[in-house]
Amino acid sequence: MEYALALLVLALVVAAVLSLPLRRRGEEERREETRLAELQAAKEAKYREIRDAELDREMGKMSRDDWRAVDRDLRAEAIEILRELDRLEGRAPEGGMER
Amino acid sequence: MDPTRKRRLRLVVALTAAVLLATALIYTSFSASTEASKPSEIKPGRSYELTGKVVNGSIRHVGGDLRFRVRDRDGTASVPVSYTGVVPDPFRDGREVIVSGELQKGTFVAERDSLVTKCPSKFTKDEQSS
Amino acid sequence: MAGVGSACLAVALLTALYAVGASIYGARVGRREWVTSGRRAIYCVAALAVTAFGLLEAAFLRSDFSFALVAEGSSTDTPTFYKVTALWATQDGSLLLWVTLLSLFSTAVLFLTRRSLRDIAPYATAVLGCIAAFFLLLMVGWENPFDTLATPPVDGAGLNPLLRHPAMMIHPPMLYTGYVGFSIPFAFCIGALVARRTGADWIRATRRFALIAWTFLGTGIMLGALWSYTELGWGGYWAWDPVENASLMPWLVGTAFLHSIMVQEKRGMLKVWNVSLICATFTLALLGTFLVRSGILDSIHAFGASTIGVQFLVFIGLVIALSAGLIISRLPQLRSEAKLDSLLSREAFFLLNNLVLVGLCLVIMWGTFFPLISEAITGTEASVGPPWFDRLVTPLALVLVLLSGIGPVLAWRRFTPSALRRILAVPLAAMALALVVLLAFTNASDSPASLAMFCLVAFVITVVSQELWRGTVARRTMTGESWPRALGRLTGRNRRRYGGYLVHAGIAVLFLGVAASSAFLDQRDVRLRPGDTFEVNGYQVTYRQATAKVGGDSAGTGAPISFGAVLDVRKDGKHFVMRPSRNYYASPDPSLGTISRFFEGEATSEVDVRWGLRRDLWLAVRPDIGSLEKPIRVADTKFADSSADVQAFIIAALAERYRSDPPPAAFRAIASPLVMWIWIGGAIVVLGALVAAWPSPEARLRRVRSLYSARLGRELSRA
Repeated sequence: MEYALALLVLALVVAAVLSLPLRRRGEEERREETRLAELQAAKEAKYREIRDAELDREMGKMSRDDWRAVDRDLRAEAIEILRELDRLEGRAPEGGMER
Repeated sequence: MDPTRKRRLRLVVALTAAVLLATALIYTSFSASTEASKPSEIKPGRSYELTGKVVNGSIRHVGGDLRFRVRDRDGTASVPVSYTGVVPDPFRDGREVIVSGELQKGTFVAERDSLVTKCPSKFTKDEQSS
Repeated sequence: MAGVGSACLAVALLTALYAVGASIYGARVGRREWVTSGRRAIYCVAALAVTAFGLLEAAFLRSDFSFALVAEGSSTDTPTFYKVTALWATQDGSLLLWVTLLSLFSTAVLFLTRRSLRDIAPYATAVLGCIAAFFLLLMVGWENPFDTLATPPVDGAGLNPLLRHPAMMIHPPMLYTGYVGFSIPFAFCIGALVARRTGADWIRATRRFALIAWTFLGTGIMLGALWSYTELGWGGYWAWDPVENASLMPWLVGTAFLHSIMVQEKRGMLKVWNVSLICATFTLALLGTFLVRSGILDSIHAFGASTIGVQFLVFIGLVIALSAGLIISRLPQLRSEAKLDSLLSREAFFLLNNLVLVGLCLVIMWGTFFPLISEAITGTEASVGPPWFDRLVTPLALVLVLLSGIGPVLAWRRFTPSALRRILAVPLAAMALALVVLLAFTNASDSPASLAMFCLVAFVITVVSQELWRGTVARRTMTGESWPRALGRLTGRNRRRYGGYLVHAGIAVLFLGVAASSAFLDQRDVRLRPGDTFEVNGYQVTYRQATAKVGGDSAGTGAPISFGAVLDVRKDGKHFVMRPSRNYYASPDPSLGTISRFFEGEATSEVDVRWGLRRDLWLAVRPDIGSLEKPIRVADTKFADSSADVQAFIIAALAERYRSDPPPAAFRAIASPLVMWIWIGGAIVVLGALVAAWPSPEARLRRVRSLYSARLGRELSRA
């Protein structure tokens, strides 16, 4: 008896909670916002890579020539990300992101 | 060396390493393994890993040795065992044991410290060996 | 209350199934509200699971023996700590713990990713819902923790004395946190594969969960080893037992995964490796959970020991089939974005690292499942023992330590060979110096493998120290900061990297301890009378007297009887006392005599260990109670129906008899060098993992700023 009662009560509560979003419906968040967050993360990762390469060169793990090649590639990739970011945000340049 | 050759070379090296490892695995495991046998299966003349249950009431201490009987898990065939060495904590009547040794003159003479006893709880397994 | 608990589980099962359906439906038709509903369903599952868990713990704490589980695993005289932890010492309770942890972790990750990973998150939700549903189904259908007894017993059976050790009680939650933690990246991996979004996004979102899972799993394994060393009577910490191996295998593959994902994040390579590794890690985690409770490896009759073995195997089969199928069908999307530039790059070494770790895992898997394999091939069940494992694992472990020293030195993409030579010069010199010193001043050459390991450890530690040094110097050159500030900023801005290096150093220290203690230990098994002395590793150990205590066992495990010994140990002018003992717990078996049942129950060895940085002295005693057999049998007949007070009096008298005139007792003494460093190494690993997992303040700041920037962009375009 206790089991059946608890079952009923819990099921009703959960059903109420789960149907809430279904009733609200509206709220169409823009896809761009999530793509934006993903690009920001990718951009941060790329910046980190550029800095890491610089550190590696400083630590002597890469020769200047090797580093130049790597740095060139990384910066090109970063520019791609920045371009897509700009496209998504319309035309507004990002305000004061780094340092 | 052009990239395709490099790639193929790496693949060959990796495959060779894998084959070597597999061979080492198979060869060493089959030659170093011990067979698990029940009391009803063992014969004199070679070493076995005897598995079974301790017969109730058969545990005796004789001098520095431990004497007990092991029977088939599902059956009544049993064999007397003479053992020296560390006795695991869970060892007592009715517990499942594994002990290595050889059948000599009707008694299973066990290798020193080779007694392993299984924990009675079906959930937590506990084994001791040295 | 048991009814409410059962109802929680049943509703949770339905909710989890709803989560699967709603998320998939929402993703397929593009209706976000269904996805949100599915996500909220997981939150509800968590709430229900926590409620059920709380109800069960409450039952344990008030010793409610109408609950079958409480009657089975606890008793009125079980200390409170063990009452609480006894919940997960049982089959049913541990399933509940799994579900609770899984639903809590799922809630966390789904909450954190509720606005991102739009394409992947719904499918990840569905996967997590499936896993939760499976475990809930096991409980609702077969092993319900809320089963009640029609006639509750007066007292419970009590927790198995062997488990009454703090490490053994924290061990399962640690392991489960590890297993559960790996299901998060697994779920997102499946989501990424289904949604064909195979970039590094799913990795970035779940990386920390994987690292946390790895740390907990590793800690759980260490605790198990510590328990084995300090609680069991054989004095070792690792026996290559199937249960131990079951937890080690997912950890090894998880380690490969943690390293390999770095390559995908940086270069978009090794995608197939990464998805395969996480699917393998999760499968092995399930296998680990299953092995421990199935009895499959100890009996030819595979599922005889458990009622849920078949279900687990079916589920594991489904997971493997789903993973393999998805990976194969998405192979086009898993192509590398870049090529391997040079063999002297970090990418190449990470690939090699993957191979070695997977190789190690395969070796251990082979050895663990060998009884089944040999039975399938030759018809007889044969098994391999620790010597086989040691022989095959040691060379692989040596290679692993070597790689962990070279890896940090390399750079991404490419590495100039001359630079490599220059950088490795100092570590190689340190290794050579270590070799010379060890050969000249110690007997390390007796074990070539250990000698090699010692040298490699020196190599790794030097590499890590050098990295820190050179990094600080480089940073100073670039920014002109002071030494401490440069070091702080260096590690603070590169937590992942330097945390990782610290982990490598910790692993090296751990292997140092393992190598030294396994190859150079000194063990003695003796039978002594009071007054006898024996020698082990330079220690003079004298058996001074016997001890016998009734009630009040010093380890706090609630043992009624405790027989032991006091031993004097002397070496080089130092003197200390050790007190190993053996605890005897009463047996609940009614067929035994009133007095003898106190001696016929479980008995545990209470080992005494003198810890030391250079070596441990480990002592265990096994008293011979054979001389008490006759008086006990006499007491059984004479005092068969006596009250508890009289029984206590008799036992005290027997104890005194043992104490005053003890027969020879069996002692085992082990002096093992550098064992302590295993635990110290483990602690360093955890510290390193913490550093690596800690979110950097700059990233947080940037995240906040980027949210504002997004909002700004949104509002601007609306205007």
